[in-house]
Amino acid sequence: MSIVPISYYLVLSAILFGLGIVAFVFKRNIITIFMAIELMLNAVNLAFVAFARAHDQLDGLVFVFFVIVVAAAESAVGLAIIITLYQNRQTLNIERINLLKF
Amino acid sequence: MFILDHLWIIIALPLLGAAINGLLGKNFSKPIVNSVGIGSIALAFLAFAELVREFAQLPAEQIPWVKTYFTWITAGQFKVDFSLQVDQLTIIMLGVVTFVSLLVHIYSTGYMAHEEGYYRFFSYLNLFVFFMLTLVLAANVVLMFVGWEGVGLCSYLLVGFWFLKQSAISAGKKAFITTRIGDFGFTIGILLLFWTFKSVDFGVIFKQLVSGPPDAVVSTSVLTTICLLLFVGAVGKSAQLPLYVWLPDAMEGPTPVSALIHAATMVTAGVYMVARMNPLFSRAPIAMFVVALIGALTAFYAATIGLVQTDIKKVLAYSTVSQLGYMFLGLGVGAYASGVFHLMTHAFFKGLLFLSAGSVIHAMGGDQEMPHMGGLRSKIPITFWCMFIATFAIAGIPGFAGFFSKDEILEAARSGPNANIWLWLLGLIGAGFTSFYMFRLIFLTFFGEPRYDEHKVHVHESPYNMTVPLICLAILSTVGGWVAAPHLVGGTDYFEKFLHPVFATYAPASSLDGLKQSLEAAGIAGSQVSVVAPPAEAAEAPGMMLLHALTGWPVLIALAGLVLAWWFYIKSPQTPKKLAESLRGPYTLVLHKYYVDEFYNAVIIQPLLWISTNVLWHVVDEGVIDGTVNGVARVSRDTGSELREIQSGNARSYATWVVIGAVGVTVLMLGLWGMVR
Repeated sequence: MSIVPISYYLVLSAILFGLGIVAFVFKRNIITIFMAIELMLNAVNLAFVAFARAHDQLDGLVFVFFVIVVAAAESAVGLAIIITLYQNRQTLNIERINLLKF
Repeated sequence: MFILDHLWIIIALPLLGAAINGLLGKNFSKPIVNSVGIGSIALAFLAFAELVREFAQLPAEQIPWVKTYFTWITAGQFKVDFSLQVDQLTIIMLGVVTFVSLLVHIYSTGYMAHEEGYYRFFSYLNLFVFFMLTLVLAANVVLMFVGWEGVGLCSYLLVGFWFLKQSAISAGKKAFITTRIGDFGFTIGILLLFWTFKSVDFGVIFKQLVSGPPDAVVSTSVLTTICLLLFVGAVGKSAQLPLYVWLPDAMEGPTPVSALIHAATMVTAGVYMVARMNPLFSRAPIAMFVVALIGALTAFYAATIGLVQTDIKKVLAYSTVSQLGYMFLGLGVGAYASGVFHLMTHAFFKGLLFLSAGSVIHAMGGDQEMPHMGGLRSKIPITFWCMFIATFAIAGIPGFAGFFSKDEILEAARSGPNANIWLWLLGLIGAGFTSFYMFRLIFLTFFGEPRYDEHKVHVHESPYNMTVPLICLAILSTVGGWVAAPHLVGGTDYFEKFLHPVFATYAPASSLDGLKQSLEAAGIAGSQVSVVAPPAEAAEAPGMMLLHALTGWPVLIALAGLVLAWWFYIKSPQTPKKLAESLRGPYTLVLHKYYVDEFYNAVIIQPLLWISTNVLWHVVDEGVIDGTVNGVARVSRDTGSELREIQSGNARSYATWVVIGAVGVTVLMLGLWGMVR
């Protein structure tokens, strides 16, 4: 059985991350942006796992658990904020949430 | 040996008085201010008396007595101690300063009785005495400079004492700034002195002059430069040509201040300094000649202005400038003791003249113009007699103090070691003028018919606390010169004998002959100068000497001045007016004081103002300094207003910035990593 080379994983990770960035910058719906962030986190997770496997070390896997935990917490807080936001502004369009400026 | 070991007490007492009156005096009643002000000076005078007693018991080899209290400044080789010194010259100066200032303090309790800021006046006056005593007692030139600047400060404060009066403020500033020009030269002189001798202590410097400095030979040209620079300081402080202009204006101050600071003590600091530095000056003949020349010119020049002044204090001010010129003439021709002698007698009779003038002004209710006075003789007899005596003294009438000292100076200018007949002539004519303007003052003020409105001005004699100091000074103006009197009948000039060690110990070998000669003439037998005396030229018989002095030129010309003044102002009072008419040009010139103030204004002050306004203010200050500060502010503001555009409030643009930042960091890290590899 041949081993899939690490570069394959890394390319896939980069593509997923790139998609995340594009969605993060160009999408207007906050939920979508939120999902883009999750996508980027998981792209990074993929890279971690790939490196861990390639170097035969556990450190990368430990980091992945941390990332998953932080991402879960972030989702909880983030979604709560989004709900409050929607209740106050009746919109999820990020263009219209523009009070935070000089 | 108590005071000799604790010399600091003498200067600490007036400082303490100044501090108490200055810090707490506002709430004091007048008697307390008086007792603090006068008490501190009286104690200083007592300390001085004790010092004289102890000094008399010192063996000769312990003089000058130097007491070092602590090291004040150390920087590399430069070391300045707080050290005080006593020798014969210091004793003379201490006596003059403490005694005259004691009398002036007492006098001020009467003169200043109704003035605002009574406590302030006494505080300044005490502070002045503190600085003057520091100047006199200092054992090194830097500490001396502290006193020198301090008296200048007090002069400024006291001239501008009535600070609501514009003219008083201007006069104070003028006095301060003009003397500052001189002090600039003095400062450079001090630095050059240190650079040459690697020390600022008088004793160390003078010893090197005799034995030579350790590493190099001091050339005459360096000594001449040092002496001339020091003399520039003396010219400013002692109001000599061309920096005399501040002294007449300084008469804006209260009259006791004029008497103490601008006649008796501070203005003589320059004379004291040159006398103190005599070992240097004696080795710099050119500097000596400059001193004598400036002195003689000032003596003559200021006397001519004094001839036509009508303000009683202005006459005395120009007279002071002129008399200081005589002192420098005496120093310059090598008769140091005579110069210091004149300093002492001048302190008595000029202090008396100013205090009497203050009494006259007091009697006239503040009017200082002599044409408004007249006939005051019988109204204020004590003031009249005191001022009359002082006038005799300054005019050089035989028997009074000024006669002995001025005669000695003129004699030294005529026949001393550095005699110069032209300087003698200037001094002689100046003496005639002195006699004339002083008797003119007396005749205009006290004789003739009253020219004031007797219904408006109630002339009254001053209270006893003003007249008692007058009487004390009048006694000294009479007998103060008698210490030199036995000389005229073949005895000893006690004053010169007393000061002899100060001027002989470090005298250059070449001048020892001359010194020896003058000592022989002064009748000091067995002096310590061990040089074979050249054959004395036909020593005069004692009786002849007295006769010679009494019928000499100075006496004749003084009497001529008296007679001329009597003729002009008593016998035929129309003469001065007619003379002024016929000599309109010169008269106007002298009346306007040779237009020197106008000249300085046009040549120095106006250009300076122009440069300060148009270059320093509008270009350097507004352009460069303000421009730099404002420029920095403008750059930050403009950068900020550009950068605030980033803060759009648009979350997606923030997101973009985050991404760009992340990419930037990544690229940077990769780049660095590549470089490390």
